[in-house]
Amino acid sequence: MNDATGIPQTALVLGGTSEIAIATMTRLAARRCRHIVLACRDTQGGAVAAAHSLRTAGATQVDIIDFDAADATTHAATIDAATELLGDIDMVLMAFGVLGNQADFDADPMAAVAAVNVNYTAAVSCGLLTAQVLRRQGHGTVVMLSSVAAERARADNFVYGSSKAGLDAFSQGLSDSLVAAGAHVLVVRPGFVHTRMTAGMKPAPFSTTADDVADRIVRGLETGAHVVWAPSVLRWVFTVMRHLPRGVWRKVSAR
Amino acid sequence: MASISPEPVAHRVLTGWGNTPRSSATVMHPATSGEMAASLADPPTRGVVARGLGRSYGDAAQNAGGRVVDTTGVGRVEIDDAAGTVTASGGTSLDDLMRILVPRGRFVPVTPGTRFVTVGGAIAADIHGKNHHKVGSWCESVQSMRLLVPSGEILEVTPQSDPDLFWATAGGMGLTGIVTEATFTCPAIETSQVLVDTVRAADLDAVMDAMVTGDHLYDYSVAWIDLMATGMSMGRSVLTRGRFARLDELDELGGATSDRPLAYNPTVRLAAPPWVPPGLLNKLSVRAFNELWFRRAPEHRSDELQSIAAFFHPLDLMRGWNRIYGSRGFLQWQFVVPDEAHDTLRSVVGALTESGCTSFLAVLKRFGPGNAGPLSFPAPGWTLALDIPAAVAGLGPLLDRLDVMVADAGGRVYLAKDSRLDPTLLHQMYPRLDQWRQTQRRVDPDGVLTSDLNRRLGLT
Repeated sequence: MNDATGIPQTALVLGGTSEIAIATMTRLAARRCRHIVLACRDTQGGAVAAAHSLRTAGATQVDIIDFDAADATTHAATIDAATELLGDIDMVLMAFGVLGNQADFDADPMAAVAAVNVNYTAAVSCGLLTAQVLRRQGHGTVVMLSSVAAERARADNFVYGSSKAGLDAFSQGLSDSLVAAGAHVLVVRPGFVHTRMTAGMKPAPFSTTADDVADRIVRGLETGAHVVWAPSVLRWVFTVMRHLPRGVWRKVSAR
Repeated sequence: MASISPEPVAHRVLTGWGNTPRSSATVMHPATSGEMAASLADPPTRGVVARGLGRSYGDAAQNAGGRVVDTTGVGRVEIDDAAGTVTASGGTSLDDLMRILVPRGRFVPVTPGTRFVTVGGAIAADIHGKNHHKVGSWCESVQSMRLLVPSGEILEVTPQSDPDLFWATAGGMGLTGIVTEATFTCPAIETSQVLVDTVRAADLDAVMDAMVTGDHLYDYSVAWIDLMATGMSMGRSVLTRGRFARLDELDELGGATSDRPLAYNPTVRLAAPPWVPPGLLNKLSVRAFNELWFRRAPEHRSDELQSIAAFFHPLDLMRGWNRIYGSRGFLQWQFVVPDEAHDTLRSVVGALTESGCTSFLAVLKRFGPGNAGPLSFPAPGWTLALDIPAAVAGLGPLLDRLDVMVADAGGRVYLAKDSRLDPTLLHQMYPRLDQWRQTQRRVDPDGVLTSDLNRRLGLT
């Protein structure tokens, strides 16, 4: 069960080797999240190291299971396996996603379809499967990793941005649909985060780290927020950006 | 609540009084004793728990994905004047009881800080009041109860017939069955006025000293303590103590009230607004409130006549006062430490004061002896209860740290208030847990009775 300070006792991470996810779960393990399931494509290497560090942080049990975001036909089996291991799932953290490269997508639209399939379609599939679990158990929290890119599409990454915009809208609807089930959805909108995903890229203004995003997520759980931004100033930045004239936005967002 | 239960069965989101954490369940509203007797039949896989008026702060009376039985739809009260006892259905509220009993010259054996609790809830939490040092907790006044258990039987349980089950149910958080009826002693009173002495204590040592030396002179005693006062004023308190006035005293002091000595007409004067802006309660506003409240109290006043509502249930004057904490809600943390651990109490008060966490007046009380209930909360020593907004940064780790201090001092936290305890501390805080589990399993071998509290802490 989630406690009164918003902290779960059990958690499933979809995209279990994400740096933001591991930083988040490290904090929650230290706050008595005792049983964690990491679901990821590569169940060796990074996942094993992550499981070890989560145990060190305080989790009593960490399991690793197969998860392929790209293949929606397998998602039900993944959620079932997690339910089998965890019993009640207090929190599901959806942290999978691919950034891709707009130039590659321009050259190969099928690559864009594959990326959208992971970022959006898989979130829909896993989100709805999770909702079934939460309705059945009558409680729980979903944390959805969205992005500031969802707020306004940018010429140099609009495939990624539009997939996150889809996920973001889906998550808000999911949130409202789960109120009557006693469940809660937290949408996380990080800016540019220094991780493997963004290695070698030129950082955008207000760039941040996985640790900072994790702090914002935990704080969001504590406050019962529906949306958190990382860093938090981005909320106000995008309040302005959202309304900029197209031409101005094109220049401001050009990289 | 009975008045808002149009459907016999409804799916609802429930929370405790602290408005957190929340979960959804199928809520059943039995309206007859027959329906009540069938409320444990064909249980869902996620089990069943009873719920009264939902005044437990945490998650004791909710059951995510399962069934919750609202007990307040079945009401029955009988008074046996010769024996000095009352028999009431489990869903009877103390509010209803007092409206019946007080004008007839009786009072409930124990009342908590709100009268909106049920007889069944009083047993499940083994509630205590300002008179714990004199009469103990609620279940010590209970002579017998009727307990609906998962087999479908309704057992007549007394401390003599089945002491294990009786005391496992006392403070058993509803996990041994549904109390459909109980018989308990109700003391006679001559008037409905309380004769109150008030003392303002400058700091924690002063109030503790006053309680140690003087509580035995009073039937009722409690101190309100300001945890936001720092430095020399740390732990400053207002200590109020009293007893029911006798008829001759009312004649002497009462003026207008003396011609109706048992008049009882508690009113709800205010209702909290349905929505309050987040951040209404902040350090400044709460500090100002506490300051005002401390200054308002007389330094010393004797023999003041107060009504039952004013003395026992000041918070009930505002309906829905829990809403002032906003939609995120709040939690109450209450612990007890043994008398000899008064230094732990000082350290805890110091740590809470230092943390600067926003807390309205906390309640300090010195308990008398405990009872045979393995999960009954009261134990001889000091108990402190405080409300804190749930979203305060750093609250979880702070209370975790304080829980360890409490447990190491031989103390415990109150399960009826809990919403966040580290389950690994449960055994240390309640060393007779295994004894309780044995009895619990005897009446509930299939694990039908459960609650969010039970899932979170693993009581059964």
